[in-house]
Amino acid sequence: MDRDGGTRIALAVFAAQLRDRPLRLVVAIVAIALGIALTAGVYLLNESALAEFGRATRELAGTADLAVRGGRGGFPEELYAELARRPEVRVASPVVEREVSLAAGGTLPVRGIDPFVAGALQPALYASLARHLLTLLEPDAIALSARAAAELRVGRGGVLAVRVAEDVRRLRVVVVLPEGVYAGRLGIMDIGSAQWTLGALGRLDRIDLALAPGVDAGRFRATLPLPAGVDAVTPAMEEGRATSLTRAYRVNLDMLALVALLTGAFLVFASQALALLRRRQQLALLRALGVRRFEVRLAVLAEAALVGAAGGALGTALGWLVARGVLATLGADLGAGLFDSAAVPVVASPLLLAAFVGLGVLVAVAGAWLPAARAAAAPPARALRAGDAGSPGEADASPWLAVALLAAGSGCAFGPPVRGLPLFGYASIALLLLGAVLLVPAFAGRALAWLPPPRRPLPALVLAKLREGIAQSAVSLAAIVVSFSLMVAMAIMVHSFRDSFDRWLGEVLPADLYLRIGPASDTSYLTAGDAALLATLPGVARAELRRSLTVSLAPERPPVTLIARPLAGAAAGLPLVERASNPDPALPFAYVSEGMRDLYGAVPGAVLELPIGGVARRFVVAGVWRDYARSNGTVVIERSTFEALAGEQRYSEGGVWLLPRATVAAVADRIRTALRIGPALQLVAAGDLKRRSLAAFDRAFAITYALEAVAVGIGLLGVGFAFAMQALARRAEFGMLRHVGLRRRDVVAMLSGEGALLGAVGAGYGLLVGAVLSLVLVYTVNRQSFHWSLDYVVPLGQLGLIALVLVASSALTACLAGRLATGDSAVRAVREDW
Amino acid sequence: MAEPLLRIDGLVRRFRPDRPPVLDGVSFTLDAGEYVAIMGESGIGKSTLLNVIAGLDRPDAGSVRLDGRELTTLDDDALTLVRRHSMGFVFQAFHVLPYLSVAKNVALPIELLGRPPATVAERVRAVLAAVGLEEAAARLPRELSGGELQRVAIARALVHGPRLVLADEPTGNLDPRSAAQVLALLRNQVKAQGGAGLLITHSRAAAASADRVYELDGRTLRPLAVA
Repeated sequence: MDRDGGTRIALAVFAAQLRDRPLRLVVAIVAIALGIALTAGVYLLNESALAEFGRATRELAGTADLAVRGGRGGFPEELYAELARRPEVRVASPVVEREVSLAAGGTLPVRGIDPFVAGALQPALYASLARHLLTLLEPDAIALSARAAAELRVGRGGVLAVRVAEDVRRLRVVVVLPEGVYAGRLGIMDIGSAQWTLGALGRLDRIDLALAPGVDAGRFRATLPLPAGVDAVTPAMEEGRATSLTRAYRVNLDMLALVALLTGAFLVFASQALALLRRRQQLALLRALGVRRFEVRLAVLAEAALVGAAGGALGTALGWLVARGVLATLGADLGAGLFDSAAVPVVASPLLLAAFVGLGVLVAVAGAWLPAARAAAAPPARALRAGDAGSPGEADASPWLAVALLAAGSGCAFGPPVRGLPLFGYASIALLLLGAVLLVPAFAGRALAWLPPPRRPLPALVLAKLREGIAQSAVSLAAIVVSFSLMVAMAIMVHSFRDSFDRWLGEVLPADLYLRIGPASDTSYLTAGDAALLATLPGVARAELRRSLTVSLAPERPPVTLIARPLAGAAAGLPLVERASNPDPALPFAYVSEGMRDLYGAVPGAVLELPIGGVARRFVVAGVWRDYARSNGTVVIERSTFEALAGEQRYSEGGVWLLPRATVAAVADRIRTALRIGPALQLVAAGDLKRRSLAAFDRAFAITYALEAVAVGIGLLGVGFAFAMQALARRAEFGMLRHVGLRRRDVVAMLSGEGALLGAVGAGYGLLVGAVLSLVLVYTVNRQSFHWSLDYVVPLGQLGLIALVLVASSALTACLAGRLATGDSAVRAVREDW
Repeated sequence: MAEPLLRIDGLVRRFRPDRPPVLDGVSFTLDAGEYVAIMGESGIGKSTLLNVIAGLDRPDAGSVRLDGRELTTLDDDALTLVRRHSMGFVFQAFHVLPYLSVAKNVALPIELLGRPPATVAERVRAVLAAVGLEEAAARLPRELSGGELQRVAIARALVHGPRLVLADEPTGNLDPRSAAQVLALLRNQVKAQGGAGLLITHSRAAAASADRVYELDGRTLRPLAVA
């Protein structure tokens, strides 16, 4: 047989078999499609969100080469004059950037600009203002982006009431920017009006600089004499800083999507292995007729490529639809509250979409590689012999390979983060999982050998079949172990997180009632007078106000939160995880979050410089505490120290302790009446705040559970498919059993028993593997992604329940497979040769 | 006159209404201790007849009585129990469970009857000795030759002392020497147990071992003299 002829015949036979067994084809395509859909969906979601981030950053920065930025509160405007005079600077555009409290509640980002200069740097954003320049120069004029106008339900000529300190000021909307100019919510004012109206006289928050031709932005940046807390950043740094806020979150989603894809690939492997087992005699016949090994292999891989292409195309389309649907309903951050953007379009080039289809082909071919090699290498004589049942995966992997993988995986668990990401942690999980999968036959063999021999014939048959056919069952079992162990690991990690978070809330919320002014307002605040007033209100035992602001400690990183609050004695109320043994008593104490320690090396006893009042102030790190609210770093210092250094007494939030018999509702009413701040003042009882926080936590993890459920669903689909294939391959066996006196329901019960026992072994091993993987998730991946530690807590009841569900699902799928296989005539079954 | 062990009367089996029936009024009887062969060309309906007798296929008309009990009116579960208690099967393709030892394969029908373990062990030992495989009790099927596998199947068909043993082309996969051994063994063991045997074959040599031979021809049975 010539070479082309052999390939042609092998391909023709495989094509005919695909037509003959469409269900197998459909299951394999669906598995790949689901995996690709999740991967493509999450990737497109992330890319679209990042593109939106980039677009927003570029819209605001325009053609500027460098932006000089201060923390909250900004910097003195004299810096503008100094920079504008520098010969390297072509254009300098001063900006006041404030989150303004609205009298009706909520906030609005407002930019105060010099409209004559800003247009040169941000022509797209400000071109539409050109016709209204003189109007915009009026002291109470504001322009709104289309989205801001729509959300605030105010149009041109309308009035917007904003709260600045204790006053309410009314701004006239003079322009609404056309749709498409700026996607987010934004108000634009003349810089002088903004400084006056928003209480920022003599202050700037940002200066955008366009440099003269030939000036290197990096070198120029290094020469700038900037006060403490002020950075000069390039647009790329600014975009990177913004995207790093969500990087860990996005990478975790990517990893979950890859888990689903991996499970899909495993399903292709199981499908091919079992399909080829069923077809071994046809393959042997082809070999006997003169088709060469590589031609058999080529045909198997071609079939897989076909499945992969179909699954990839379907999955890519599905992923695009999922991304579009999620962006439309939840926003670019899946409801986590990280982005502020409305209708975000899906960003996908044809090349990217083609790459996802290619990924489907790659995954399917990778899944079929080993079965193809085995099919090609199988000796035809043996397969053609009557009575040969074959085995899909004769264990040819050395246990040493598994041990080596487990050892490497354990080692990787201790690796450091790479560019802020727990890449070694992910590698550790992959290696541990692979090693565990290779040990599935050995574990299952030992577990089944440990069971006592049943007295009754049906259970004895079940056990004998599983013990002897462990290599066959290993494929189904491995599919269970992969998906279930990952689910167990995620469940333990999320439960540990939730449990730690719950206890943490109890520690950081000791007061009865909490108050704050707007979620992120720069213009409203409480004064020392308000603090004194609060303490005298009936029912109030004690009030403690604090100042919360952001400071930049490194230009390439997101800003750090600085909290100034009374620290009676030894950091009262902070959930400390480390203390300095002997901090320098000459310096004021700072208590840093774990993120500060990990990202800035602020270990106990170290000296930390914080920009306060435009000057770098030295503190000693007296302790490290857990902060689940902020992952980019938080520093707590004594309020009186801050007030002395900053020269101001302003507060943004606080807690109120009630006297016995005083009620939260009554005290809250008294506070509202006394402070006269209006809707901008938020008052929440500690219990409500805790409940809301836990609800937000559960919402944030809902997507994790959803992705995990899809991965397990694919795994169960694989298990069901494996059982169905095995059951079909065993029809002759069932036919014989029906002849010797087993009822159809006995055969179905026997298969259900096999499913349940296999499910139980898989669940047991999956629990063990999942517990190990959860250690990596809790102590490495979570720690390196979010910079906070967790207490390891195992949700025994929850795990027991999902293990039971797994065993029941496994038994059910086996039962359905049994009904499918015994639906045929027992007579026809025994006439089929084995 | 005593009721025969098996009485078939006017059996009709039609698979498609637009085609002639495969069995059209087939009748015959089989007494205890008899060993009868039914011959015929491939596709003529031999196996259909055997399946209807075993209760694995339902006739369109006619009667099948085993030890005086009408089988065609029983439901699937009752028929299964009849097979479990009263019938043994030998197939062309052996159908020995690959994951059970020889002894366990043979023990299967008697274990299904719920006999005590000691009785099962004693009976298995006896039938394995009878088919010459006593030494192979602990071996797995993959370690046996085709002839040995068919002897395991015969032992399994006889272990529970069935009234009727049905054998469908039991030597189709064997060489002539093994075939002759298996046929002799099957006949001798069926007779030794006092049951009856029905052999379906297209081989004249195989049919020659029977007490009586019928040919299924044109959808009805006719006695045939075998030299």
